Amino acid sequence: MAVILTAVAALGGITVILAALLILANKKLYVQEDPRIDIVEEMLPHANCGACGFPGCRPFAEALVGGQALPGKCTVSSEEGRVQIAHFLGVDVGAQEKVVARLACAGGINVARNRARYEGLKTCRAAAVVAGGGKGCFWGCLGLADCEVVCDFDAIHMNQFSLPVVDEEKCTACGDCVEVCPKGLFSLHPASHRLWVACKNLEAGDEILEDCEVACTACGRCAADAPGMIKMANNLPVIDYSKNHKTQAPIQRCPTGAILWIEKDGTIVKGRESKKVLRKSTLPDLPT
Amino acid sequence: METTITVKKTFPHGVHPPEAKEETHHLKIRRFPFAPVMILPLSQHTGKPSKAMVREGQEVARGQKIAEADGFVSVALHAPASGIIKRIALAPNPVGRMTPSIYLQPFPASSQEVLEGTPIDPDTASPDEIVKAIQDAGIVGLGGAAFPTHVKLKIPEGKFVDTLIINGVECEPYLTTDHRVMLEQKDDIFMGIRYLMKVTGAQRTIIGIEANKLDAAQELSAAIPAGMPVSVEVFKVKYPQGAEKMLIKALLDREVPSGGLPVDVHTVVVNVATAAEIGRLLPHGRGIMERVITITGPGVAKKGNYWIPIGTPVRYVLEQAGAKDNISLVFLGGPMMGQAVSNLDFPFTKGTSGLVVFTEAETNSKPQKIYPCIHCAYCVDACPMFLNPSQMGILAKKERYEEMAEQYNLFDCFECGACSYVCPSHIPLVQYFRVAKGILREKKAAS
Ligand code: SF4
Ligand code: SF4
Ligand code: SF4
Ligand code: SF4
Repeated sequence: MAVILTAVAALGGITVILAALLILANKKLYVQEDPRIDIVEEMLPHANCGACGFPGCRPFAEALVGGQALPGKCTVSSEEGRVQIAHFLGVDVGAQEKVVARLACAGGINVARNRARYEGLKTCRAAAVVAGGGKGCFWGCLGLADCEVVCDFDAIHMNQFSLPVVDEEKCTACGDCVEVCPKGLFSLHPASHRLWVACKNLEAGDEILEDCEVACTACGRCAADAPGMIKMANNLPVIDYSKNHKTQAPIQRCPTGAILWIEKDGTIVKGRESKKVLRKSTLPDLPT
Repeated sequence: METTITVKKTFPHGVHPPEAKEETHHLKIRRFPFAPVMILPLSQHTGKPSKAMVREGQEVARGQKIAEADGFVSVALHAPASGIIKRIALAPNPVGRMTPSIYLQPFPASSQEVLEGTPIDPDTASPDEIVKAIQDAGIVGLGGAAFPTHVKLKIPEGKFVDTLIINGVECEPYLTTDHRVMLEQKDDIFMGIRYLMKVTGAQRTIIGIEANKLDAAQELSAAIPAGMPVSVEVFKVKYPQGAEKMLIKALLDREVPSGGLPVDVHTVVVNVATAAEIGRLLPHGRGIMERVITITGPGVAKKGNYWIPIGTPVRYVLEQAGAKDNISLVFLGGPMMGQAVSNLDFPFTKGTSGLVVFTEAETNSKPQKIYPCIHCAYCVDACPMFLNPSQMGILAKKERYEEMAEQYNLFDCFECGACSYVCPSHIPLVQYFRVAKGILREKKAAS
């Protein structure tokens, strides 16, 4: 009996000592945290999207209070929200430009054909592992909406031609669509990048139009019309956004409309000489 | 001499899909004409793509090396025909991507004589010289994996091989190429075995064959050269008997550890057609220019086994083989582990062992509806790797890929398809696993 009692007593003692240690540690290790962090965190949208470049809203709040970042970096807050935080901390809002996801493909089912019909799991990922998914253009969008599903901000919607359309207002540039797309069609760009190459096809020549009517044929006209700003590389135009790119001049002579202009509301402007596509129906599969 | 063959051994689990080999297994290997243009992807093997050594417009002779290995896990590529290099550009690759390729236009009137190289003598050459010669010959596993053969023949320091296994199982339904190779290329096979034993240091060789090819087993055992330590063993028919790990289990009762290689249990497995290719090419210092494939299925008229030049486009093969108008599903390789083609401009690469063609009549049924897993465990009983496909399928659906790898050994799955084949709920398990592996590999590469 006595033995057990001692044991129990000893255990009880340990508990007490440990509890004491814990309390001590808490006291000793406690760092006075700036109470403004909690308040700023409360003012942030709680999206934890990481678009600001910090691992979540709390770390961003810490950086804001610590002066390592400006509220403008948060692309999810409303303009008023950002101003409010700036006022509260007595700092600049910071001219952080809105960044959005852009899709480098315009091959909806009314303009791009399939060479094979894919049957199986209805996700782009799954289709992509079956010989590429069956679309004539190996680079093109498979249209099975993995990006729409993954977007937590309801910023991607598939249009009537099974092509995702990004809602610039709602897009927080969290990057989930960039990661999920098996064809790597999304990238994040400042919303001011309105001149855009909506094609990833690395082939050249008019034959590729059989697979997709809006593909870039690498004719090089856009580059010729914007020397210095657009260069052809791997059969695609590459826009140097450090140059003055706020002009629609380069899109005018594109025969297919692969290089285009995206208005703020999402309207697509194609060049004067680009072929007009009026078709609303699905292009039939390419006869093999 | 009549040899008696006893059918024994197999491995646990596995499935029995219809074999569908009777249409072609008796048909002798015939030659196939040259296509007007051949497409030779620089990446026909697992590993680094070969480096092109020719330029556009250059004339090349049949058998000439046109691309060289880029590093150790890479092989050379040879011109399958005398002709002119039309372009070096992107071309569709059966993996479903456009990859850099050489377009070769054969000369129509050429005698198509083959260029000879430096012969390699199996008795005097050193193991390293043979490894190099096999790499230079552009040889990859012809059974389908297209893994550079010389890589597994380079026995790592401190390891040894006692038994060489020659894989003549050909468990994939529809295909009969290995069967014909065993009947028609016996000398090449034994010559290949000489090189392979020399290079691996193996003391003996076992040729493993399934019981549906008894004629091949009989003929091969009768043809074993005097004094050569080779035996032929016959298995019960079961899929996927031809997978390396299954074969080693059945023949030697050794288990390759998870994540390990056959050499860890002192063996190396080489496909029988690969062995024949080594035995045929090395004595002449040549490179691989053609391979044997089976063309079969309800969608083609001229079924058979053919020598097909590497790089022949599927479209041309279909034309020549008398494809019907209503073809709808075309497989490169067999229907279990092969790849459905999405583009008829895909070329035949070194690792492609067949073309199986179905028509609308066999495929026009509505896409099968996928039902939830009913936990019948048929897949668990089928999986030759003793994995739990059911649980992995459930996790995959929820995108819990890490758990699949960490707790269920996802990466031991070699995509044999046995689980999908038996699943009464039609869950596309293998496809889930491929996606999961792809995503995990990407994540690993990114971190
Ligand atoms: S953009 Fe990518 S993820 Fe989105 S539907 Fe197209 S292929 Fe799928
Ligand atoms: S003009 Fe159009 S088709 Fe020509 S290179 Fe530019 S984007 Fe491509
Ligand atoms: S889990 Fe992998 S190895 Fe097992 S039966 Fe399925 S495909 Fe084959
Ligand atoms: S066979 Fe299909 S239904 Fe049955 S346990 Fe496996 S996954 Fe589930």
